[in-house]
Amino acid sequence: MGLEEKLPAGFALTSVEKLAGYMRKNSLWPATFGLACCAIEMMAFGGGRYDAARFGMEVFRASPRQADLMIVAGRVSNKMAPVLRQIYDQMAAPKWVIAMGACASSGGMFNNYAIVQGVDHVVPVDIYLPGCPPRPEMLMDAILKLHEHIGSEKLGVNREQVIREVEAAALAAKPTHQLKGLLT
Amino acid sequence: MSENIGMFGASGSGDTSGFGGLVRSAANFGSSERPYGSYFDDVADELERAYPEFSDAIEKVIVDRGELTLHIKREKLFETAMKLRDTESLLFEVCLGVNGVHYPEDKNRELHAVYPLLSMTHNRRIRLEVSVPDSDPHLPSLVEVWAGNNWHERETWDMFGIIFDGHPGLTRILMPDDWPGHPQRKDYPLGGIPIEYKGATVPAPSERRSYR
Amino acid sequence: MTLHDAYASATETTEGRVYSVTGGDWDSLVTEIGQTKEERVVVNMGPQHPSTHGVLRLILELEGETITEARAGIGYLHTGIEKNTEYRTWTQGVTFVTRMDYLAPIFNETAYCLGVEKLLGITNDIPERASQIRVLMMELNRISSHMVALGTGALELGALSPMIFAFREREKVLDVFEMVSGLRMNMAYVRPGGVAQDLPKGAVAKIRETVKELRHNFRDNEKLLVGNTIWMMRTKGIGYLDLAGCTTLGITGPVLRSAGMPWDLRKTDPYCGYEGYDFDVITTDTCDVYGRFLIRMQELEQSLRIIEQACDKLDKSEGQPVMVADKKIAWPSQLSVGSDGMGNSLEHIREIMGTSMESLIHHFKLVTEGFRVPAGQVYAAVESPRGETGVHLVSDGGTRPYRVHFREPSFNNLQATSAMAEGGMIADIIGAVASIDPVMGGVDR
Repeated sequence: MGLEEKLPAGFALTSVEKLAGYMRKNSLWPATFGLACCAIEMMAFGGGRYDAARFGMEVFRASPRQADLMIVAGRVSNKMAPVLRQIYDQMAAPKWVIAMGACASSGGMFNNYAIVQGVDHVVPVDIYLPGCPPRPEMLMDAILKLHEHIGSEKLGVNREQVIREVEAAALAAKPTHQLKGLLT
Repeated sequence: MSENIGMFGASGSGDTSGFGGLVRSAANFGSSERPYGSYFDDVADELERAYPEFSDAIEKVIVDRGELTLHIKREKLFETAMKLRDTESLLFEVCLGVNGVHYPEDKNRELHAVYPLLSMTHNRRIRLEVSVPDSDPHLPSLVEVWAGNNWHERETWDMFGIIFDGHPGLTRILMPDDWPGHPQRKDYPLGGIPIEYKGATVPAPSERRSYR
Repeated sequence: MTLHDAYASATETTEGRVYSVTGGDWDSLVTEIGQTKEERVVVNMGPQHPSTHGVLRLILELEGETITEARAGIGYLHTGIEKNTEYRTWTQGVTFVTRMDYLAPIFNETAYCLGVEKLLGITNDIPERASQIRVLMMELNRISSHMVALGTGALELGALSPMIFAFREREKVLDVFEMVSGLRMNMAYVRPGGVAQDLPKGAVAKIRETVKELRHNFRDNEKLLVGNTIWMMRTKGIGYLDLAGCTTLGITGPVLRSAGMPWDLRKTDPYCGYEGYDFDVITTDTCDVYGRFLIRMQELEQSLRIIEQACDKLDKSEGQPVMVADKKIAWPSQLSVGSDGMGNSLEHIREIMGTSMESLIHHFKLVTEGFRVPAGQVYAAVESPRGETGVHLVSDGGTRPYRVHFREPSFNNLQATSAMAEGGMIADIIGAVASIDPVMGGVDR
């Protein structure tokens, strides 16, 4: 539907990608998914000092159908996980997810029965943002990195190529346990 | 209360040799003797005056660290609560919620429910404690006495498995509705997963080697 | 009727026909329901909603726009903090406990530390300067919490500017927090035995300046909302809960004070030296949302008074210790900011490595094992912005808590939603919940 089907190939595709990327990144609308303490820092990001409006992001759309970006801010409990997935499903593509805070990225300090150990168990995440809670400036940094990522996203045949490459790399990747850390 | 056997523990003598040779038993509180001090005597007297069968409702009275704890038998819990709330001289209008504690070593009295009470008129605080065995974890619901206990009793059921008879809707409140088990009991695992780093694993908090 | 609608599948149950709506055409749904002659509509203001103050689920049974039954579904933020603390030392418990009511972290920490100190029996040995710093931080936190309450309450009712003003003031308070403790939120600053570290140089002067700015800027919100016709029409007479309702539901805090009862733990059961401060307990007797809003606005001014008095006392107690003298309990956090961030100061390291064996042993034992707390149970309470935050601690004599239970005010206060909402309209329940000011982290723990 829409842009994705009518894409040209080759040089013209690159120009379309640049244009589409530029448009998409400059008015990302976040969906309100503030859960706990990180939500307060997200609200501070929307406030006056760390102005989200300069990126076009001051409208936190309550309805997921109108949002592009879901900032999962806070700890996701097992009771909330199906709701999270439903909201993600209700968002229309293209959509991105930022896991804000340690609890959303990996369960944080709450390694127990009640918390999902990282929202990537439930939704695909584009940017992980550590912190407890991350300062609004850190959230801004994450969003700007996401902007760069969106601005350079490939479309059409290029996109399929990228997806194939990423999948091949993931299949060939070394598991975490076999990587070399600081002490090994 | 409990016996701790094993590594890394010492008290009193300061001996830190550990390694399986140490058995440390925690104190089991006996009943305090009269006079209890400050307003606790008044409360006990008033309660006896209002509720003559009080002495067989009570299992023990503990005055510790400036607080009065009345251990009540569960059959008399409802009446005691009504008397505490309605007697002019006591008037404990506010109950600050039910709390459960699980003592697995206290055979036949494993589950305790604790009710902190507050009297705004007289500015007094006391605590009621009731014990029930694991095999028969029923307690009378005090929702009719203090309506605020509604959610607290649901939480105590959810977390400990204490069944409150007479509660208008005893369902899970914090966990999902179909969750098995009662998480805050001592025999329920913490449920953490081992954390993987590059080349190393850190076990979950309940599995790590730690001091007691 | 059509049972094949992709957006509103219907099933026949013993209760009648139940439609599951997950988006779609409202008109077609309403016509279908209208044809079955059933008037009741159950609407789920689900856990993800802009106006429900966090992950609160409101299940409303509606007749037109009027609510006939309202139930609050909670538990979507249950974190198992209380069970987690049983696997950590008493001092590490502070970092967990601080994240329950995340808008008032210092109150959680202080309640917990007061409980631990009561169990240890060192309540009278806490240095005065530590108590003064605790009072200062608590009142600053009260201001920042009330700012969020006012801002988000106004936002939910449709007023957008107060939110921006409120968060602007909150940023000033968070600057002070950062200067004193290193973090804006969830500071883990109050530790059993005192506070983690002393105020930095120039802190008191900066706080006095901030107080002046805040006092001037609070008038912005006041001018916008107090006496505003639209605001009063949205909030007067809404969310009515009188004194009998409050006491039986165990409700404390601004909701109780809006029913006329001047119950404030800082006056009735003082802790941390509050009896030495001069401030008023604000009450109104209208029992409605407007009354609670006025109480919160005026409590901001009272908090500023307390902060100024605390600053005077801190000026006089300059140089005194901020941790209890008993080295077997005092957390060894002589901290300073180095090239790689905040950590143990070099003098402290020099002392424990070079000079004093006892300091090294204390530091080691306290950090790895923690101090032992004698067996018993205790209940300690503080007056947080939402009401009475109480902590029930049970110790078995070891280095880890046996049971930590928080009596969070939001948990009790939220039970009043049904009482406040039924009979009113949907728009009113938003105001009622905003006036209760629940923080779901505290409700679900």
